Amino acid sequence: MGKMSVDLCGIELDNPVIPASGTFGYGLEFAELYDINILGTFSFKGTTREPRFGNPTPRIAECASGMLNAVGLQNPGVEHVIKHELPALKKVFHKKVMANISGSSVENYVYVSELLDREEQVGWLEINISCPNVKAGGMGFGTSCESAAAVTKAVKAVTRKPVIMKLSPNVTDIAAIAKACEDAGADGICAINTLLGMRIDLKTGKPVIANVTGGVSGPCVFPVALRAVYQISRAVKIPVIGCGGVSRAEDVLEMMYAGATAVQVGAANLVDPYACKKIIEKLSGVMERYGFRR
Amino acid sequence: MKDVIFTVKKNVPLTKNVYEMTLCGDTSDITRPGQFVNVKLDGLYLRRPISVCDKTDEKLTLIYKTVGKGTEQMARMPAGTELSVLSGLGNGYDTAPSGDHPLVIGGGVGVPPMYLLCKRLCGEGKHVSVVLGFNRACDVFYEDKFKALGANVTVMTADGSYGGKGFVTDGLPAEYSYCFACGPEPMLRAVFNSCKSDGQLSFEERMGCGFGACMGCSCSTVTGYKRICKDGPVLYKEEILWEK
Repeated sequence: MGKMSVDLCGIELDNPVIPASGTFGYGLEFAELYDINILGTFSFKGTTREPRFGNPTPRIAECASGMLNAVGLQNPGVEHVIKHELPALKKVFHKKVMANISGSSVENYVYVSELLDREEQVGWLEINISCPNVKAGGMGFGTSCESAAAVTKAVKAVTRKPVIMKLSPNVTDIAAIAKACEDAGADGICAINTLLGMRIDLKTGKPVIANVTGGVSGPCVFPVALRAVYQISRAVKIPVIGCGGVSRAEDVLEMMYAGATAVQVGAANLVDPYACKKIIEKLSGVMERYGFRR
Repeated sequence: MKDVIFTVKKNVPLTKNVYEMTLCGDTSDITRPGQFVNVKLDGLYLRRPISVCDKTDEKLTLIYKTVGKGTEQMARMPAGTELSVLSGLGNGYDTAPSGDHPLVIGGGVGVPPMYLLCKRLCGEGKHVSVVLGFNRACDVFYEDKFKALGANVTVMTADGSYGGKGFVTDGLPAEYSYCFACGPEPMLRAVFNSCKSDGQLSFEERMGCGFGACMGCSCSTVTGYKRICKDGPVLYKEEILWEK
């Protein structure tokens, strides 16, 4: 039987399957459905300094083999997360959680990182410099080597936890940005966030999503994500988490062949709330079938 | 919430574009009227949320209007088709504050969830007034079903081709203890403004997951942000904010 456990930036995961930020809330909705301790870990909802309502609705659209979202980082703010979400999570999840952090300025990334660094439950800080759905910050920090490195360096200065930079595919050379993050001290890379897209409603001739554009995710982006992971893992020495369209245990294996240490599962959780459980249950069998060895 | 395989038993048109689908399967997670199910369809990525019209222990009734690829696929489904359904989603109506003579208002495809609500209220011994609103005579469905429950039913059509002429708010009874409503947003606004009693209104929003994970369907309320799929679709009248 293939070995399922992996080392992610010095913390061992029982398996490489991680629900992606924004598709798993703070874990509680899923904990009602199955024991979420079977997960490697999960990345919680993108958290900012202040509470955010996010974008106007409609925020969701569909496309062939995927979906678009423009939620816009709705979250209750870091203080509420520490006071309410983490204590509630502690009752149902006994592993280290990945804290997904977003901000509209370097100072805000630092502020949230400093607070979450003090939380024992938090294993990794995943820094989202790739959200396509917010006007200030988000993807703006992830589209140049200089700004990606600046955020990485500033966050690294205030935490001893591993820092994973979550990158945008909406760039010319994602491997160069990953390398800039590594050089600035990043402990890992997560690739990719959603691809910028849009849909138009033929009945109105207007965009389906109120924000006009949204991030594309689901199986349709898997080949793009796989390519990014392949390029990045050849450019850096730090671990890479493959994210984008992973829906089956076979996809996990493909990501690992491309160079991923672990994978994140996003949109699949929204269509099938048991998606991660099913992937984990099938993974060792699939690894064995294809003779995968690390 | 439960992931259940349902089998289509019957799937018949009620009007030109509104269908009644009867399914067989485990309905135990549907505990309140006004809840919905999320249906997985072949070739479509996101599930389709459909309100529960009626349920018994083994039987589920859905009424849907064909508005796009998903509902058109449903309309073509023969008996025997198996469907993956996330069952028992949303908060549903709370009948506790309804008083002795509640008012139930449904407009168009907002009518179906009001059937199970009306059945529940009648079962509790309440004297229920029902006002159903449709565009034209050919759009009317379920009038007799509501009457068979023992409710006092008024039908309104926008063009006056059947029942009273006008909107549901033109057909409200003089006295009622509480109001429950489901329908298009302009109807809900009108009900909100003309209903003198407290009440509960059910909202619609484009959803991602349907069970509270993605924040795709959030709205602002007096008591903070709510997810239409998980904290709704039913909101108390006093917590509703009309922003958009």
